[in-house]
Amino acid sequence: MLVAIAVHFAVACVLPLVARRYGRWAFGVAALVPAGTLGYSFLRFTPGDGPVTESFSWAPRIGLDLVLRLDALAMVMIVLVAGIGALVLCYYACYAKPGGSDISRNSVLLLVFAGSMLGLVLADDVFSLYIFWELTTVCSFLLVGGDGIGKNVRRSAMQALLVTALGGLAMLLGLILLGVQAGTFRVSEIVAAPPSGTVVDIAVVLVLLGAFTKSAQVPFHPWLPAAMVAPTPVSAYLHAAAMVKAGVYLVARFAPGFADLPAWWVPVLVLGVWTMVLGGFRALREHDLKILLAFGTVSQLGFLMVLLGTGSYLAAIAGATMLLAHGFFKSTLFLTVGAIDRRTGTRDIRELSGLGARWPAVAVLAGLAAASMAGVPPLLGFVGKEAALEAYTGGGPREVAVLAGLVLGSVFTVAYSLRFLVGAFGTRRGAKPAQPQAPGAGFGVTIALPALAGLVLPLVVGQVEPLLAEYAGAYPAGAEPYHLALWHGWTLPLLLSAVILGCGYLAHRANPVVLRMSGWVPGPLHAQRGYHRAVTGLDGLAHGFTGRVQTGSLPTYIGTILLAVVLVPGTGLLTGAVDGGVPALFDTWLQLPVAIVVLVATATVLLARRRLTAVLLTGVVGYGIGALFLVHGGTDLALAQFLVESLTLVVFVFVLRRFPSSFVQPHPPIRSTRWMKATVAGVGGVFVALLAVLFSGNRPEPSAASTEYLQRALPEAGAHNVVNAILVDFRAFDTVGEIVVLAVAATGAASLALATYLPRRRTGAHPREDEPDQETEEHR
Amino acid sequence: MSEPERAEPVHWTEWDRPRERWLLAEHSTHGWPRSLLLEVSTRVIFPTVLVVSLYLLFAGHHYAGGGFTGGLVAGLAFVLRYVAGGSAEIAAATRIRPPVLIGYGLTVAVLTALVPVAFGEPVLSSAVWTLHPPVLGELEIVSSLALDIGVYLLIVGVVLDLLRTLGAGIENRELERQHEEEAEPL
Repeated sequence: MLVAIAVHFAVACVLPLVARRYGRWAFGVAALVPAGTLGYSFLRFTPGDGPVTESFSWAPRIGLDLVLRLDALAMVMIVLVAGIGALVLCYYACYAKPGGSDISRNSVLLLVFAGSMLGLVLADDVFSLYIFWELTTVCSFLLVGGDGIGKNVRRSAMQALLVTALGGLAMLLGLILLGVQAGTFRVSEIVAAPPSGTVVDIAVVLVLLGAFTKSAQVPFHPWLPAAMVAPTPVSAYLHAAAMVKAGVYLVARFAPGFADLPAWWVPVLVLGVWTMVLGGFRALREHDLKILLAFGTVSQLGFLMVLLGTGSYLAAIAGATMLLAHGFFKSTLFLTVGAIDRRTGTRDIRELSGLGARWPAVAVLAGLAAASMAGVPPLLGFVGKEAALEAYTGGGPREVAVLAGLVLGSVFTVAYSLRFLVGAFGTRRGAKPAQPQAPGAGFGVTIALPALAGLVLPLVVGQVEPLLAEYAGAYPAGAEPYHLALWHGWTLPLLLSAVILGCGYLAHRANPVVLRMSGWVPGPLHAQRGYHRAVTGLDGLAHGFTGRVQTGSLPTYIGTILLAVVLVPGTGLLTGAVDGGVPALFDTWLQLPVAIVVLVATATVLLARRRLTAVLLTGVVGYGIGALFLVHGGTDLALAQFLVESLTLVVFVFVLRRFPSSFVQPHPPIRSTRWMKATVAGVGGVFVALLAVLFSGNRPEPSAASTEYLQRALPEAGAHNVVNAILVDFRAFDTVGEIVVLAVAATGAASLALATYLPRRRTGAHPREDEPDQETEEHR
Repeated sequence: MSEPERAEPVHWTEWDRPRERWLLAEHSTHGWPRSLLLEVSTRVIFPTVLVVSLYLLFAGHHYAGGGFTGGLVAGLAFVLRYVAGGSAEIAAATRIRPPVLIGYGLTVAVLTALVPVAFGEPVLSSAVWTLHPPVLGELEIVSSLALDIGVYLLIVGVVLDLLRTLGAGIENRELERQHEEEAEPL
């Protein structure tokens, strides 16, 4: 399984080469990978044999493992992620314009996305779960953002990223809290023995926040319809089959452990039902087929959230069925829209007319999918919806309320399914019938496969049920075992189904009324406006804060740093026990003259009027410190100190050439600020001196680490010079880190210095670049 | 440069005539203030300082020194050349660009860190070999010397980069201003 994920990323690396050579067939090559994954997963996993696990030691010292676990739920998701993934990639090969510039980019991103999604559904430890989760977020951002041209595209991609990444961070926090409380970071172990307590309640809400943002639940739903600016295959895969299911998957994954907690079921049921009803209602007023489907997806995600989060056997098996059914019918519908869009150039139902007559096969396939969405027998959507309605009949008031919500949502579902079908394929009076070219075989096959899957699976439901029942097996089954079937006899759910279909048809007929009144949403409940307020508010806050803090005044910065240094460790020092002995005044007589030189130089710096003098005097201080090292026998340190001091002086002199030679300020500072500066500097200096005295008093003999280094230097590092042994052997990792910092700093400083210099050079009258060449010419 | 003609004996009055240029960029027309004394001493001191820096690099494992110190000393040697001859002198003295040198240093250091992994050891572990070459007697080589060499190269690169950017950049700006000031009266 680890190999399967790795293959996704590896093949993605070579796709640009394929794309350069064979154009859009790169998508075909990419499709082989998820197709292979699907086949391989079916070979590895059989329902009833228990989950298959694989683990890879990532950082064993700190207990970081990459654990993959293939169980029934993961298998259901793999059918969607890998199966639909392969279909969509094949479809994209037909959809992409030949020689399009984004072929290489999108094929790579889609395959990386498929690999991340596969990792997400297989991951069994919270950290790899989070990493794959965010990888899908980033891929989605890049796919939705496309080439980043166009404000609309950028804004949509940014919204999807902000909302889902915010939820992702909350989820990470929640997962870590859960892991700490449970004492393990393995998801399967957390769910098997769920912890409890207030912290767990908070953690559960945080995890749900991640799930809600990813699965576009109210009030985070607006990003999903906005993301419809992406190419249709991308929408079909990310926003119908795969990524948006990640949140639902997360809920399904954790529900067996936490479904009884009020912190879990209250938000899941309330927001889920709300989302289902709102999404369905909003879909009724959209004219753009893709956005209509997007709101339909929002609605269905709410439905799935309710089913998979409820925590009963029936709801779980219904949820798993709907998960499959939704993947199939929604991808068919999206791919159909893609074909319509590509061939006719529009997705607006007010402009489309007569397509059904010209494309009867496509119309039938899309009709199958839409019927499955509406829950018409004998399709998979009907089987799932029957089970869902059965799950909430005969329960308490909570179940009745949920049932009412689901019925209302389903009525809307029927209505917008009809709206989609009639809008896309119907003939409108007065509109000119479209005369588009028929979609090719590639389009046809990829649209047909998921549509037919929704038709065939209910007929062989006995073959599918073990897989779904194994996931639902985490909950106790009722007294009478329920089996998925097309016919359960004359039951209440059947009656409800009939009512839903009837009311849905009526709602569709009454659509003009709906259209008129659905523009009205109470102000505070307007989610998109809320998002804008939040983002602009945050921008304003950041602007104001930066303006206050980054004043551009060096004295303020240094003063702040000094005060923080005094306050934070200072209070620690005052409260902590400080009872070291008073150190000796000096160790050797030689220290005295050096100390006097340093003090005199320091005092003189304060009086210096010219910059060069001040720099040279600070140099004297530095050399004095070096001399102190030398007095103590630290030749290595002294050498380094002298050299660095010399180099610093040289650099200072370079820079000083650009400054006026004296410290004369055009506006002399006010007296009070001068006193403030002096106080801050004085307090900082006294504090550092105090610190030095205290520390040296507290440590009269070498620390254990020092003696250890001294003992080990010769036998282990083969060095007589302990300082060097520490640098290149004991703490060599630090050294490597430090030289990396040095390299980065040098490059940064170089770019800064050159950036101020180069623009002038380009406009300058003397092209100096040529001069060295002329010089060498002359010499020859 | 013309070939030295061995057949013709040099006249005794010409014995102390300089046969080579003191600095590489002696004929530079950049208007850099020149000092004969400084140039002569640079000529003498520069190779010596480089040798000292190499000594510090190799002695570092047992005596005071090491890659950092050695690199700084070598860097200061280049600073001396810069002071004597300006940026043209640095450009003439080093063929290799400073960022490339920094990159080489970093590469050497990181490779040194990774090589032990190939032998099944942890990253950055070091080995000691004792050799007995004919003349030098016993010679002890520690593999962490390679890390020191990486640090040495990187430090030299950083110093050269400072000279290139802070030194030469500002210097050119200064010279540019001089040119402008000279041009104005006309």
